[in-house]
Amino acid sequence: MFNFVAMQVENDVKQMEEQFQAKIDADIRIEPRDWMPEKYRKTLIRQMSQHAHSEVVGMLPEANWITRAPSLRRKVALLAKVQDEAGHGLYLYSACETLGADREETIDDLHSGKAKYSSIFNYPTITWADIGAIGWLVDGAAIVNQVALQKTSYGPYARAMVKICKEESFHQRQGYEIITVLANGTPAQKAMAQDALNRWWWPSLMMFGPTDADSPNTQQSMAWRIKRHTNDELRQMFIDATVKQAEVAGLTIPDKDLKWNEERGHYDFGEIDWEEFYNVIKGNGPCNKQRIEARRKAKEEGMWVREAAMAYAEKQKSKVKAA
Amino acid sequence: MSEIKKEWPLWEVFIRSKQGLSHKHVGSLRAADAKMAIENARDVYTRRSEGISIWVVESVNVHASNPTEQGPMFEPSDDKVYRHPTFYEVPEGVGHM
Ligand SMILES: [Fe+2]
Ligand SMILES: [Fe+2]
Repeated sequence: MFNFVAMQVENDVKQMEEQFQAKIDADIRIEPRDWMPEKYRKTLIRQMSQHAHSEVVGMLPEANWITRAPSLRRKVALLAKVQDEAGHGLYLYSACETLGADREETIDDLHSGKAKYSSIFNYPTITWADIGAIGWLVDGAAIVNQVALQKTSYGPYARAMVKICKEESFHQRQGYEIITVLANGTPAQKAMAQDALNRWWWPSLMMFGPTDADSPNTQQSMAWRIKRHTNDELRQMFIDATVKQAEVAGLTIPDKDLKWNEERGHYDFGEIDWEEFYNVIKGNGPCNKQRIEARRKAKEEGMWVREAAMAYAEKQKSKVKAA
Repeated sequence: MSEIKKEWPLWEVFIRSKQGLSHKHVGSLRAADAKMAIENARDVYTRRSEGISIWVVESVNVHASNPTEQGPMFEPSDDKVYRHPTFYEVPEGVGHM
């Protein structure tokens, strides 16, 4: 009897999974309250929360330069960009909440080291040119990824990506403007721009994640259309788009193996140092500790403000009731 | 005094992009009260002149139809072609009606 019931449930789930996959294959978006496989929900929460964490932690290396921006024009641009990133974090945390993820828990997972964020933000911003390189390369890489995700299967994620992509377009341009102005400046300024490119190039390529051969979850994510392109495909798109930009700026991409491949219709490029990538992911990058510490501190030191606001809101509510 | 809730409540945000259009759902955020929800919504959802009016509704107050009942809920209207103007024939020559 029990076995019969269990079998029945298993059959039902299988049928629902088939219907779910048929919807995905027909490019019908999945919405929050629709039935979905538990693994789809979990994978999405993991991917979207990692994305959210990256937006939030990503504010730190850039915020480092807001007070030292070389002009008012640069300062308002950088401030606006960093504010945008805070918004991106919010859209993504909200999207996680539509799947039942608890906001506070999600954030605590970042602080405890249980959740990951993009490895790129564990590198330091040591010169002003780094702000240019981040906008140009890091936001540039993020845009390639996010443009693809505008067609992701989960409705709230796709909608967040559409809004984010609209806002991102100025991020890359302001960064590239910083870089080109430096590259056309004094020899010292040009050297500063080249140095930033040298340091940020390879970590930017790592942003797309391990090679397809080393990312076992890609296949399922592609079938569910949580991902629309593989890591290697996205990386190649980014490289193909960026080479020309470096040329126009008069800068040299630090890869002696970088070469146009007529047959492939793409640029060939050198070997990425995956050991460095995994090492940074593991927590041993130059700034991992500092980044998490800053986030933790912000949460702890803001606690009294959040509590006071809540207490005030409750008091106002009871006043209205009493009146 | 009542116990302070751990997290600020969740609010759904609706924006009217311009006069003459209805408010449209754009996303959600957390805020201690309605006033703060509106201010936060302005700060994140209307950063590039996307709106001229904001509604916020506490998410717990939104009641929704059940997606698993989508069929029984909406199918009844699918076979009522007579609700559409093209169901009716008018003689040629009357022009647009
Ligand atoms: Fe962003
Ligand atoms: Fe950005």
